[in-house]
Amino acid sequence: MANPKQHANWSPYDNNGGTCVAIAGTDYCVIAADTRMSTGYNILTRDYSKICKLADKCVLASSGFQADVKALQKVLSARHLIYQHQHNKQMSCPGMGQLLSNTLYYKRFFPYYAFNVLGGLDAEGKGCVFTYDAVGSYERVGYSTQGSGSSLIMPVLDNQLKSPSPLLLPAKDAVTPLSEAEAVDLVKDVFASAAERDIYTGDRVEIVIVNAAGIRREYVELRKD
Amino acid sequence: MSKSAIELPPKGGFSFDLCRRNAMLSTKGGVHPPSYRKTGTTIVGLVFKDGVILGADTRATEGPIVCDKNCEKIHYMAPNIYCCGAGTAADTEAVTDMVSSQLQLHRYATGRESRVVTALTLLKSHLFSYQGYVSAALVLGGVDITGPHLHTIYPHGSTDTLPFATMGSGSLAAMAIFESKYKEGLTREEGIQLVAEAICSGIFNDLGSGSNVDVCVITKGHKEYLRNYQLPNPRTYVSSRGYSFAKGQTEVLTTKIVPLKEKEEAAEVGDAMEE
Repeated sequence: MANPKQHANWSPYDNNGGTCVAIAGTDYCVIAADTRMSTGYNILTRDYSKICKLADKCVLASSGFQADVKALQKVLSARHLIYQHQHNKQMSCPGMGQLLSNTLYYKRFFPYYAFNVLGGLDAEGKGCVFTYDAVGSYERVGYSTQGSGSSLIMPVLDNQLKSPSPLLLPAKDAVTPLSEAEAVDLVKDVFASAAERDIYTGDRVEIVIVNAAGIRREYVELRKD
Repeated sequence: MSKSAIELPPKGGFSFDLCRRNAMLSTKGGVHPPSYRKTGTTIVGLVFKDGVILGADTRATEGPIVCDKNCEKIHYMAPNIYCCGAGTAADTEAVTDMVSSQLQLHRYATGRESRVVTALTLLKSHLFSYQGYVSAALVLGGVDITGPHLHTIYPHGSTDTLPFATMGSGSLAAMAIFESKYKEGLTREEGIQLVAEAICSGIFNDLGSGSNVDVCVITKGHKEYLRNYQLPNPRTYVSSRGYSFAKGQTEVLTTKIVPLKEKEEAAEVGDAMEE
């Protein structure tokens, strides 16, 4: 052959769509994701949870490639189990945030195709949200969204929750001024809106609320088309 | 005027010069053509006892984004002929408009009702001459002097004549319903019911299709366009809080008023202006 092909002509990745949102408050954190899993123009299932509880006060929502997300969740759960055996306590949410970043960067040149938002309560009981790219760049923020509908949702969150500039001195809290009920209501509304215009977002939204009392779940139906 | 005959442009068909240029630009120059509004679609049609029923969903997409939640995909061709379109929205609209005007002129010339085969031939010969670059996939249906007819037309110009047909990205989902439930000699109500069910199958199982169901029933000497026959996808949640913005959200920094025209004072003339 004159010019034999030297590279694989298939892709190890797929995009299974989906949208994640997390909002941090003074004493709560809301983490939400839709439950549609799709590929191309097909719906694979209407009821797949993208949210993974990693610790009592630490919840991960991820969209992207389901197989990579599943593998990533497995690694984090295993590392957290080891941590508990060694330290006889659960990992803090900021600790888990750093662990997730390291885990993603470890595969810098064959990344996990996963877009993550980590939410929970920090050591002081304050809401915290960490947002990531696929190779581990991360930041603690007051709110975030990732996935196929993120470009539709982010400007609404910016408008409603506007976080203070990180350049301000003295530093201001990134947490939003909204009450827990208001934040949950906002999450439901942005998901209903994203489902109107993003074909990969729909079916149902799973909302996890973390506060001092523990973890609570809510579900709201979305468009099924 | 002194140009030789060889340099004259070809008389018919499509010039592929720019297609090759565009392909070169997108591979070498990194200049990509703009994206088109595609109606990733479910369109269907069936022949029933007294005529033809056409159906379509109402979603138009641009990639993963829905750009029209309630568009019309059943196009008018003639009083007794309608045509569902899938593919690039601009192409389906342009091609059906063009042929419908040709049919109108043909009716003026002959004084007779248009036939479905005439529309079919006009559509397929146009699409064939453009070698598939006019991306319109159509379901054509109507009732003429020779009875009810249903055809599918592919973007390259090939056609089928069928008792029931589906097209677009949701065609498999819709065909699954037709294959399991279609039979000859359906009544009007049964036909509409089956068409709506096939479209709903596309709406719910194909991400390129969505929103509402449009239906068009054509019988001898009569037609009924049932726009938004079903609305199976209402908004699921509306915030009770609402969103209100206080006045002054956008700060006014400077104000400058430029009169478009000098004000002119006209003196009262009294009775002279009265008619």
